[in-house]
Amino acid sequence: MPTPYGNRAEAGPPGLAPKLLAFCEELRSEGVAVGTSEILDAFAALEKVPWIDPDDFRETLAATIAKSQEDRRVFELIFDRFFFRAAEAEAVQRGIGEQGQRFEGGDRLDLEGLREAVRQAIVAGNDGEMRDLARLAISAFGRRGEGSGVVGVDVQRIRRTLGLTTGAQPPTEEGEEQPRIDRADLTRFERMLRRELERGLIERTQALPPSRPLAELDRALPSSPSQDLAAVHRAVIRLKRRLATLGHEQRGRRRSRVVDVRRTMRASLETGGVPLRLRYRPKRPRRPEIYVLCDVSTSVTSASVFFLSVLHALHDSFRKLRSFVFIERISEVTEVFEDERDFRAIAQRISSEGGVADVSGYTDYGRVWLEFLTEIADELDPRSTVIVLGDARTNGREPHAEVFARISERAGRLFWLNPEPKLYWNYGDSVMAAYERYCDGAFECWTTKHLEQFVNIVAGGAPAEA
Amino acid sequence: MAASAEPPAAAGAPGSVLEVREALARVDYLADEPAALVSFLSQRLDKPVLVEGPAGVGKTELAKALSRATGRELIRLQCYEGLDEAKALYEWNYRKQLLRIQAGGEAGWEEVHGDIFDREFLLTRPLMQAIASPDPVVLLIDEIDKTDQEFEAMLLELLSDFQITIPELGRIEAQTMPIVVLTSNNVRELTEALKRRCLYLWLDYPTVEREMEIVRLHAPDLPEHLARRLVEVIQMVRELDLKKPPSIAESIDWARTLLLMGAEDIDQDVFEQSISIIVKHRTDIDLVSERVGVKLADPLRQQG
Repeated sequence: MPTPYGNRAEAGPPGLAPKLLAFCEELRSEGVAVGTSEILDAFAALEKVPWIDPDDFRETLAATIAKSQEDRRVFELIFDRFFFRAAEAEAVQRGIGEQGQRFEGGDRLDLEGLREAVRQAIVAGNDGEMRDLARLAISAFGRRGEGSGVVGVDVQRIRRTLGLTTGAQPPTEEGEEQPRIDRADLTRFERMLRRELERGLIERTQALPPSRPLAELDRALPSSPSQDLAAVHRAVIRLKRRLATLGHEQRGRRRSRVVDVRRTMRASLETGGVPLRLRYRPKRPRRPEIYVLCDVSTSVTSASVFFLSVLHALHDSFRKLRSFVFIERISEVTEVFEDERDFRAIAQRISSEGGVADVSGYTDYGRVWLEFLTEIADELDPRSTVIVLGDARTNGREPHAEVFARISERAGRLFWLNPEPKLYWNYGDSVMAAYERYCDGAFECWTTKHLEQFVNIVAGGAPAEA
Repeated sequence: MAASAEPPAAAGAPGSVLEVREALARVDYLADEPAALVSFLSQRLDKPVLVEGPAGVGKTELAKALSRATGRELIRLQCYEGLDEAKALYEWNYRKQLLRIQAGGEAGWEEVHGDIFDREFLLTRPLMQAIASPDPVVLLIDEIDKTDQEFEAMLLELLSDFQITIPELGRIEAQTMPIVVLTSNNVRELTEALKRRCLYLWLDYPTVEREMEIVRLHAPDLPEHLARRLVEVIQMVRELDLKKPPSIAESIDWARTLLLMGAEDIDQDVFEQSISIIVKHRTDIDLVSERVGVKLADPLRQQG
């Protein structure tokens, strides 16, 4: 029966279609936009591909369902989890198990030998061998009675017992060099461990553990700073365009014009010295002056890398930009950004030369405002924009909101980007509310998407979809 | 309806993924498993393929290889900002139409009107060519992310139904099913509507083994140990935070350069001399020679 998508797909062997639909449903719950047309495509494509090879099966589904790199990443995670759970559920239902034989042989292997074997399997990237060794490791480990019952903890304990680390490996006793182990490869081995542990657990309890939504961290792309940087740069370029033009329209056109006396006199010569027509000074396009204050304390450690990359991008786009980092005191780092291009070098120089931590290493917002006001405030004028990147956690110290208010008065605009979800604002020692009143806008900002949203709002457009 | 009835192109469609892979290999394109699978599916399902990935991993090359492997003509539309229908689809040959009106002399308006909006006066642009071609073709829409959203919307009719509507002429349907490949460097997010109509393929930098195969395919005289060394260095360079990491094409260029230089091994001197082949920005060159050059200076290679 012809449809707009070619011949209608067969339901396939009984059981598959509902499984696949359930799979798509799970993808949707993780935010992958799987439309009906995608599902139809997937079914149509599965008709053309033999399913004997699990890779073919997965790739076929991926090509028809996951339409971006992020989607693809979520797809992989869900695919593994979903079909693993489906298979295990089936096994439990049918009473198939391997009690007794699972995790055999761990006692016959010494830890040293196992470590070497695992290392080799990881380097070689051999999945089957890794799985076998993972089971051996679990067995050896279990025999030493160290199982904690929590899968995640056990995985890390086993990894440590085996002495597996990423990066360069220590040479063997004979002094031979060992190949490096990549983060990704080690993660794969950890995943094997986790899976085998889970399998054992399911078999013991005869029940599947509840399926949890993916953690934000899992689904994020394993990106290098350079990839993130590209996205940040894009958002910043738009911000630049907007800041450069903002304010023109509000300014009175006629009132603020300045008469250019010289040119008026010149023009009056035509009319016999009577200045009939006034000449005005051309208006200079306003150039935004930006002051960025960036919190680099430990409470925002994970966000500081992101913030520094925002700063980095800002520096590439704006010439009149001064940046400051602060913890307990404030320190100007404009020069660092101007000298260095490499992002990592910048991060390093800031941490070594910034000199912003005094004693405790806890942020002292009040003091930062005071210092900023005394050192910089004279240079602030209504043309300047101040952007604060920080979590507004004062660690119980005096927030000095009134000083902040004075900064806000002097600066033309003041924005606050907070790396915490709005939900956490004003909880604990966060005094966001005290500062928020004086901001022209306060936004949560912990992904490039939020940054884009910020730009959109500043640009007066509709907020981008979350 | 050409789109839903027995698809004419299916006659020449490949039977299995392996077949596609071998066909591509015969024309010097070493496709990995996903690339071969998606190429296969696109021919069997008559769906366009959207290929994304970093610059220089062989996205465009895939389309070219498909054209060579299937013996179809390659029609290429290079996208850029401001590309419009007149450049991509069709345009009326205005001058010819004028001439026709003048030459017509006394002929009535009705007659001329019917005449000047005829196919004869149509200038076909790449998309139109692909649709109107009597032989099956490969249509490459390169760097679709450079265009604006309006243009993307215009493509939708073409991509889902393989037809184009010209107000004066009516609907023009594809004679044969073209293989459509769209490439994107991910400069901007493409619309859902476009993605929905395509199969998706993410091409990434190849693994050491595959890149070695590729390099040796294009520079067959390069000894194996040198090829391995080259690929290892390239992968090391790619891990740095560069403005533009070296692409596969640059690996191949470098391999050929090494052959010309008659280099036996990649040591620091050779590397310094030929570094400009693989990195093309001043700051990148500094960074690479600082990070990688030093590593090469180490006597790392006793085993070799």
